[in-house]
Amino acid sequence: MTGLWTLFYKELLRFWKVSLQTVLSPLVTTLLYLLIFSHVLAAHVQVYPGVGYTSFLIPGLVMMAMLQNAYANSSSSLIQSKMAGNIVFLLLPPLAYWEFFAAYVAAAVVRGLVVGIGVGLAGLWFAPMAVVHPLWLVLFALAGCAMLGMLGIITALWAASYDQMAAVQNFLIMPLTFLSGVFYSIHSLPPFWQALSRYNPFFYMIDGFRYGFFGMSDVSPALGLSIVGGCCLALSLTTLALLKSGYKLRN
Amino acid sequence: MTPALEIHEVHKRFGRLHALRGVNLAVEQGEFFALLGPNGAGKTTLINILAGLSRATQGRCEVMGHDVVADYRNARRSLGVVPQELVYDAFFTVREMLRFQSGYFGIRRNDAWIDELLHHLALTDKADTPTRTLSGGMKRRVLVAQALVHKPPVIVLDEPTAGVDVELRQNLWEFIRRLNRDGHTIVLTTHYLDEAETLCRRVAMLKQGQVVALDTTRNLLSAHAATQVRLQLDPHRLPDALRPLLAGEAAGFFNLVLDDYAALEGVLTTLREANVAVTELEVAKPDLETVFLQLMGKTT
Repeated sequence: MTGLWTLFYKELLRFWKVSLQTVLSPLVTTLLYLLIFSHVLAAHVQVYPGVGYTSFLIPGLVMMAMLQNAYANSSSSLIQSKMAGNIVFLLLPPLAYWEFFAAYVAAAVVRGLVVGIGVGLAGLWFAPMAVVHPLWLVLFALAGCAMLGMLGIITALWAASYDQMAAVQNFLIMPLTFLSGVFYSIHSLPPFWQALSRYNPFFYMIDGFRYGFFGMSDVSPALGLSIVGGCCLALSLTTLALLKSGYKLRN
Repeated sequence: MTPALEIHEVHKRFGRLHALRGVNLAVEQGEFFALLGPNGAGKTTLINILAGLSRATQGRCEVMGHDVVADYRNARRSLGVVPQELVYDAFFTVREMLRFQSGYFGIRRNDAWIDELLHHLALTDKADTPTRTLSGGMKRRVLVAQALVHKPPVIVLDEPTAGVDVELRQNLWEFIRRLNRDGHTIVLTTHYLDEAETLCRRVAMLKQGQVVALDTTRNLLSAHAATQVRLQLDPHRLPDALRPLLAGEAAGFFNLVLDDYAALEGVLTTLREANVAVTELEVAKPDLETVFLQLMGKTT
């Protein structure tokens, strides 16, 4: 297990060494969203009874920040190692494919949580928050970060260039995140978009996470967790299979 | 005794390219072995298969008796590889890199050995320097240190002295020699054939994915490297009887290739009988480069 712990620690140290870029920068960006959207919409929108728009928005932004940063951590670390060639330092030692997987996913979860907690704490300055179901909140946070960490690994394994990497980030991850109900409830959408949102796993992560705060959600948290858990399982098996086969790592 | 490396009928195909065509090779424990060949001969591909960076299309490889696929953990613990590419992780210092590499090999506290490595590789004062700021030669030495953190019994160095200046190259070889004396098996590829000739007891030469020579350095030199003689003659005329020996003519010199030193006597007799005087004579000692060029199908 020393190999796994070392790789996990190295991944933590990697993002921590550039924390201005990996922690502070996403924190500030997310708070700007909060500042602008809450200022523009707070007086006009109420999604759940008794919950102000700013309060509604905070969990969505926290989850969005966590997902994006978990994804960014594993994907950027791996693609940089591949492009710079220093991936050999991980391929030469006797690290098992599952150790590789566990270390990268765990580090992605930690970065997601660090940024998420930062955004959450800063959000308290904008609106009072209470946590009704902490266990649901934690479960959705962990599952969401892990899922995006795995997506980051898959993308970085597949991508042959920074350009391909950016394409996945901008044309898949970003739209799925923004169209997941961070800024609205899907009940406010026309029927077609409402139905489409139900095929977006990111929607269940954000909806379930919000349930942890308010005890209210668009779909049942149990259904949400089943879907997120199912996606996590499928992605875990896919990522492990790719790593085991040496896909684009050991030619 | 189990061979340090055993390569059995290894083939590697990259699409249509047949990079390795049935390589068979065994390196005994404690050997100092050279793997030579021109660019594209398959040296790095073979090393990559041994190191688990690439998978053989066919055949098998063992490191200290451990199959590199089925028993990859033990195979990789037994092997230290200095890669050819000058790679580094820009985020970390030299010491951090070496600590991480130790950890990946399952070694927790390794600072005493890391300090010794840094000392022998003249990197002690660079221990806390970010690797990205080091010169090419220093980065190369960090790669050597990384390959040795787990004290592997078999060390493979792929072009270890490329970009390293003469003095440091000598220090590096002295250190590698010491490791060999301590019982480590050393396998190296290098473009400096004089290094291979000086250091290695045995040599394998690869050409287009096949082993074309595998013998002790001494046997290769005596079997393949003909003696070369450069002659300046007065008058500048080579007797017809010596024409079959002529390998080339350059800068007023005739270059003759002889089977051995004894044949020189006959050449001089023929010249005397033809009333041709020798104004200058140079005898070139057979070297590995000559053998190499001969085996690779180039004229000397």
